[in-house]
Amino acid sequence: MPLWKRFGGIALVFGLLLLLDHLLYGPSRVAHDQYKEDVLIRCGLAIILAVSLNIVNGFTGQFSLGHIGFYMVGAYVGAALSTYGHTHLFPQLPTDGSPVGLWTSALPILAVSLAGGLAAAAIGFLVGLPSLRLRGDYLAIITLGFAQIILVIVRNIKAVDGATSFTGLPVASQDQALAHVATPHLTSLFWVFLVAALVIWVAYSLRFSVHGLAFLAVREDEIAAEAMGINTTRYKVLAFVLSAFFTGIAGALFAHYQSSLSNESFRFERSIDVVVMVVLGGLGSISGVTIAAVLLTILPEALRPIAQYRLVVYPLLLVILMLTRPQGIFGREEVSRAWLRGQLTSIAGWFSRRPDRV
Amino acid sequence: MLILENIEVSYGPIKALKSVSLEIAAGEIVTLIGANGAGKSTTLRAISGLVPSQSGRILFEGKEITNKPADQIVQLGVGHSPEGRRIFANMSVRENLELGAYTRRDRAGIAEDLERGLTLFPRLRERIGQNAGTLSGGEQQMLAMARALMARPRLLLLDEPSLGLAPFLVRDIFRIIQDINQQGTTVLLVEQNAHLALGIAHRGYVLETGHIVMADEAKALLANDDIKKAYLGE
Ligand SMILES: Nc1ncnc2c1ncn2[C@@H]1O[C@H](COP(=O)(O)OP(=O)(O)O)[C@@H](O)[C@H]1O
Ligand SMILES: [Mg+2]
Repeated sequence: MPLWKRFGGIALVFGLLLLLDHLLYGPSRVAHDQYKEDVLIRCGLAIILAVSLNIVNGFTGQFSLGHIGFYMVGAYVGAALSTYGHTHLFPQLPTDGSPVGLWTSALPILAVSLAGGLAAAAIGFLVGLPSLRLRGDYLAIITLGFAQIILVIVRNIKAVDGATSFTGLPVASQDQALAHVATPHLTSLFWVFLVAALVIWVAYSLRFSVHGLAFLAVREDEIAAEAMGINTTRYKVLAFVLSAFFTGIAGALFAHYQSSLSNESFRFERSIDVVVMVVLGGLGSISGVTIAAVLLTILPEALRPIAQYRLVVYPLLLVILMLTRPQGIFGREEVSRAWLRGQLTSIAGWFSRRPDRV
Repeated sequence: MLILENIEVSYGPIKALKSVSLEIAAGEIVTLIGANGAGKSTTLRAISGLVPSQSGRILFEGKEITNKPADQIVQLGVGHSPEGRRIFANMSVRENLELGAYTRRDRAGIAEDLERGLTLFPRLRERIGQNAGTLSGGEQQMLAMARALMARPRLLLLDEPSLGLAPFLVRDIFRIIQDINQQGTTVLLVEQNAHLALGIAHRGYVLETGHIVMADEAKALLANDDIKKAYLGE
């Protein structure tokens, strides 16, 4: 790709995100429509989570059910950094949790994202190790157990009010009353979708490099992959670490969007939600998983008008989708021009097909 | 080119190889024959680093490769077409071949070897974009061999290439093995079909329950009465 094209692409993404961010928040930095902001941010986080999980479950065919654990680590490590480190690292940030200007938030959000991401990656390395010996159901159970352990540990950490909800720190101040450092509200649409774009780009670069085929080879047949000279150990651990890193970043972004952090947000069901996105989008298909993440975040909202039936209709739609497209919406394919053309031709073919003569 | 000295391999409590020694000179086709479960596949796996050896030494071109990781052994020049073919069924023929060249970075050389492989196996050229899982058994075997060749190995390990194939296809495959050898690749061929294997090999080893029990020129083995009885069904 020529240089100008690559930089053009980056500039375009930046410009677009800045524009969207400005439209949503305006100069006051308070979203003029909180509901819209909430749905959009949840879409962005879902994309990050699903595309990262896809690196493990889709690319290398390991089955992790524990990614919510990495999300939790990223969230709490990030929030701890911005609150405990407030006076030393980020004195410019407001202590009352009021919105922060986009550029003021740049360095702090980079710091908390890196902290959350690296902490999660380190733990991802530890969890990735059993994946060298275990596969399938066994690995799924191990990762599930790991997420549960993280949950229990965090619940018992008083410093972040793990048992209840973490809203920031009480600090002793001169007027005897307890002042409060709230978790700063750093996360905005811009940052979430910037990271989403980054993780999609990283996943694409991996998939369409020499390493992409190697990942898929590990997923298909480990012994054959070894015989080709592929270091399966390195790929499996790399997948876990990379995936945990981005999941941890998503956690840090989440922590600085919420005004309070509660362990309720990291229950096992959230892991399942992300797994569903990956399976529905098509294990291994980056575009498929991205679209599924957005669809599955919006769908429950779209079904709001039918209120009480929502809980039935939503799973029913999932079942129908999986029955008709067991390989996921996109299978292994990526959405590309050739793919679209193929789909259009087959749809056109379907319409122009004449009824069979008897 | 390759020397195995008293190699021992166990799978948990099962001792699959008990002191296997053999030697292959550059340019040869050597065959390893033996009944089911004798340890033929295990011998190949030990050479290519897919299973660890408990004792003994393996030397390839004078370098010790005992218990080196499989990726390093491929890079040193040993290609392995494993038992049961193990092609990547959900990938295209081309992707399978590209993975065969995984350890290489010389694009020009890879393209050249791809062309060579497709000339050796014209059926693969016709099916280059097709999913490997949709190939017939014979074509899958060809793909497994072509894939192993993509690493440009100096020593090619072939595990039962005739398994489950119709006789006319087996003849094709064996002719191609001879071609590969004549183009300069040394071959270690594992076969249950001893007759065919000894027909194209220069020398042969007979493996019984983890021991080498006989080693000789292929012609001599074909004429040997014990071999005739046990492996040639005569
Ligand atoms: N993955 C394995 N796990 C446990 N035992 C094995 C495994 N592979 C082979 N064996 C045992 O090792 C012995 C040799 O097997 P193998 O090398 O496959 O023989 P061959 O290729 O000559 O048929 C057999 O007893 C077999 O049961
Ligand atoms: Mg065998």
